[in-house]
Amino acid sequence: MNGIGPAVIEIERLNTRFGAAVVHEDVNLAVRRGEIFALVGASGCGKSTLLREIIALQAPVSGSIRVFGREVIGLSDQAALPLRRRWGVMFERGALFSSLTVAENVGMVLDEHAGVSGALAAELAAVKIALTGLPPDAGPKYPSELSGGMRKRAALARALALDPELLFLDEPTAGLDPLSAVGIDELVRQLRDALGLTIMMVTHDLDLLWRAADRVGVLHEGRVLGVDTMEDLSRSDHPLVREYFYGPRGRAAREQAWKQR
Amino acid sequence: MSAPQSPEPDTAADLAPGAAPSELRCTGAWVLRELPRLEPRLEALAAPAGDLVIEASGVTTMDTAGAWLLHRTVRALEARGRTVRVVALRAEFRTLVDLIASHTIVTGAPAPSPPGLLEQAGRRAYAMTVGSYGLLSFAGETAIALVRSVFDPRRIRWRPILHNLQTAGVEALPITGVLTFLLGIVIAYQGAEQLQRVGANIYIADLVGLSMVRELSPLITAIIVAGRSGSAYTAQIGTMKVTEEVDALRTIGIGPIDLLVLPKLFALVLALPLLTVYTDAMGILGGMVMARAQLGVSFTTFVDRLEDSVSLTSCLIGVGKAPVFAAVIALVGCYQGFNVSGSAVSVGSRTTVSVVQSIFLVILFDALFSIVFSYLDI
Repeated sequence: MNGIGPAVIEIERLNTRFGAAVVHEDVNLAVRRGEIFALVGASGCGKSTLLREIIALQAPVSGSIRVFGREVIGLSDQAALPLRRRWGVMFERGALFSSLTVAENVGMVLDEHAGVSGALAAELAAVKIALTGLPPDAGPKYPSELSGGMRKRAALARALALDPELLFLDEPTAGLDPLSAVGIDELVRQLRDALGLTIMMVTHDLDLLWRAADRVGVLHEGRVLGVDTMEDLSRSDHPLVREYFYGPRGRAAREQAWKQR
Repeated sequence: MSAPQSPEPDTAADLAPGAAPSELRCTGAWVLRELPRLEPRLEALAAPAGDLVIEASGVTTMDTAGAWLLHRTVRALEARGRTVRVVALRAEFRTLVDLIASHTIVTGAPAPSPPGLLEQAGRRAYAMTVGSYGLLSFAGETAIALVRSVFDPRRIRWRPILHNLQTAGVEALPITGVLTFLLGIVIAYQGAEQLQRVGANIYIADLVGLSMVRELSPLITAIIVAGRSGSAYTAQIGTMKVTEEVDALRTIGIGPIDLLVLPKLFALVLALPLLTVYTDAMGILGGMVMARAQLGVSFTTFVDRLEDSVSLTSCLIGVGKAPVFAAVIALVGCYQGFNVSGSAVSVGSRTTVSVVQSIFLVILFDALFSIVFSYLDI
């Protein structure tokens, strides 16, 4: 299943600068259909900025980003709408609407875009909430009443509301306890397998990389150091890549992953 | 086993009677965008009697929404005592339908009916009682913190006090000045008509001077400041509450009241009387301009008369109310800020309550002052 599909996201010669600070320098990346692609790198290396540029929330200085074969740079909100309906985004801190219940958060997207009856929309929202592994009684709760892990799942349910083909996850396991994080690892794989999603995620979590990612891109100071499977990356002799994956935590995560195979 | 997802529109999804009498044929793309068309068709579907076979080899794509709709249709038929078999569904779609069937889907309970009039009145009265009690205890807490910081002046935070003096005081000068100047013009204009009739032109100075200095200028200034600064206090503290900054202060060992409330209280109690003196002058200036234009009372005559009519007591009464109004505005603004809970909407509604409540209390206190002054005969 690895690396056979055509590219869903193609990034070419991308440059981003904030004033004098260089964020991306000549970034080239491709994410293929049906894979789980992870972007890793130290804090502040431009991962989240890259994600925001792909989902057309922010524009780079130069270069090209094509999603489903369409250029997203410079798209107006109006023009981006058809694309946005084909992808779902889960933000790092969930970004659930605090004044709506979980069910309303999901149902709102359906009411806005799906054009189905209210009853069916409510059922579909409940299906999404169940798919992300939330208990049925989570629907009528407000985001502030949920634990961090449940909030992430609720955010995922909202991202899945329109049955997107492409899913962006920003730090899906950040701030979760190890058990909830493992739950998210499994959920990400399950969703990809069951729904045939392409998933692009930004993460620091080495366990998640070993368990879920098909391919991993390493970003360092605005440049792509390498794109490969975890096995191959961990054998890489690039000093920075080795440092990243062979720090004390990296080794532990790798051993854990080998044990489970 | 990734489900193919074709970007171009597929054939329309449908469920219709098939070749055999007990057969339904399921065809097309069972995806979300087909659902608005598919849903009414399924409602209207007249399924033949007896056991059913749904022949699904014609399904080209399916997502969770389509899978749920198929599952729901089958479930509805089974609930009417029919035996339904879905055959020839592609393996990956079968997995999807099974996945959805394996979860219990619970849609939200119907919204509870709105409470009756009596219940609403009761709830409101209760909320108001609790609210006033909370405001009182907050005022008490602030008083305790105030006394503590008076005995330990190192605890006084000068920087936020100066900052608040700037934002609540200096920056309010233009708007309060313009409004009271206009108010002076309006009062003089209204009075001029009456006074001219009885030939008592010179009393315009008494009218404008006394009404501005004793009542209007302190009141209007307090109301403007409540709208400008009281709302800002609530929004600031409320947002800090949502982002847990208030809790962070507590854990660092800084009392939220010391840092967030006292500087605002000090600054406003200092700024509002000063603002009131300034607006007194601006209001009288407005009256003077109008008096000369309408009644031909020159500036010098006006000022001479003002010295006789507006006593120092009147001035002090007006300015003396200002610190009380300031305390009310600062306390209500901060109290409502601390009452914010959880959501962004809560910040908005608390800010509204803060402004309404502080203006209400300012006017209430003003009325109390009038009653007291009339008893004391000043």
